[in-house]
Amino acid sequence: MAWDKFFDMGGYAAYVWPAFSLSAIVLIVMLVVSLRYLKAQTQTLEKLESSSSD
Amino acid sequence: MMFHKFANPTRFLRLSTTLTPWFAALTVTMLAAGLYLGLFNAPPDYQQGESVRIMYVHVPAAWMAMFAYSMMAAMSAAALIWKHPVATLVAKSSAPIGACFTFLALVTGSLWGKPMWGTWWVWDARLTSVLVLFFLYLGYIALHNAFDDARRGGQAASILAIVGFVNVPIIKFSVDWWNTLHQPASVVRMDGPTIDSSMLAPLLLMAGAYTFYFFWVLMVRVRSELIAQKVRVLQMKQAQQDMT
Repeated sequence: MAWDKFFDMGGYAAYVWPAFSLSAIVLIVMLVVSLRYLKAQTQTLEKLESSSSD
Repeated sequence: MMFHKFANPTRFLRLSTTLTPWFAALTVTMLAAGLYLGLFNAPPDYQQGESVRIMYVHVPAAWMAMFAYSMMAAMSAAALIWKHPVATLVAKSSAPIGACFTFLALVTGSLWGKPMWGTWWVWDARLTSVLVLFFLYLGYIALHNAFDDARRGGQAASILAIVGFVNVPIIKFSVDWWNTLHQPASVVRMDGPTIDSSMLAPLLLMAGAYTFYFFWVLMVRVRSELIAQKVRVLQMKQAQQDMT
């Protein structure tokens, strides 16, 4: 019952939860995209360095 | 000359490797504390009810939208004046993060405006100037990619960032200069904050979390750009070796 009241947000659930979840989605996607780009560039550099040394 | 040029990026790489885990840890801790206090501990507003909790994601996003832009403009100026190699990359890397914050400020503001003002959007000074900020970010990113010569694209984008900085004080003071639906500042003001500490604490924690998130992602992106530069140099070298 207490949780129902919490999720209802005093009747503003349709505004509060989209605001929080969209913020979470955008910030997580931005972080993941950036980390994956770093990983891809690091791997490319390692490959290039090992192929140029031999 | 060559040594001077390479010294700074190397120092930057070392610094960013040390700082990144701290930024990540501070982001997560402050976010957890801010969300807990903001969603469970802070009281509903006497006028706005529970909808006031949107503030905890709206206001930090709006602050960071302006902070990231100021950073981008300052680093663009440093890049144009001193040709500092890291400044260019910091400016370029702040842009997409700042654009995300601006987008979130606009959308969460809209979600807050609908129940409180009765409309998703009004063309008033505050909302319009933040929309202009969003387009400045998009223009900056587009200019970076519009030239075949990356350096010329960077210069054009830097000039846009510096000229567009005039919009930042307009955003800040728009609520004082013009009549607007948007409420005036209640935290960053001359006579001190006017909101209760039970609401101020989660707001500042969320703002701290967003700030450290910005620097965390910024470090990751600048490091990627530095490595990408090395990759391009090596690829050119190999292409030249293959030719001979």
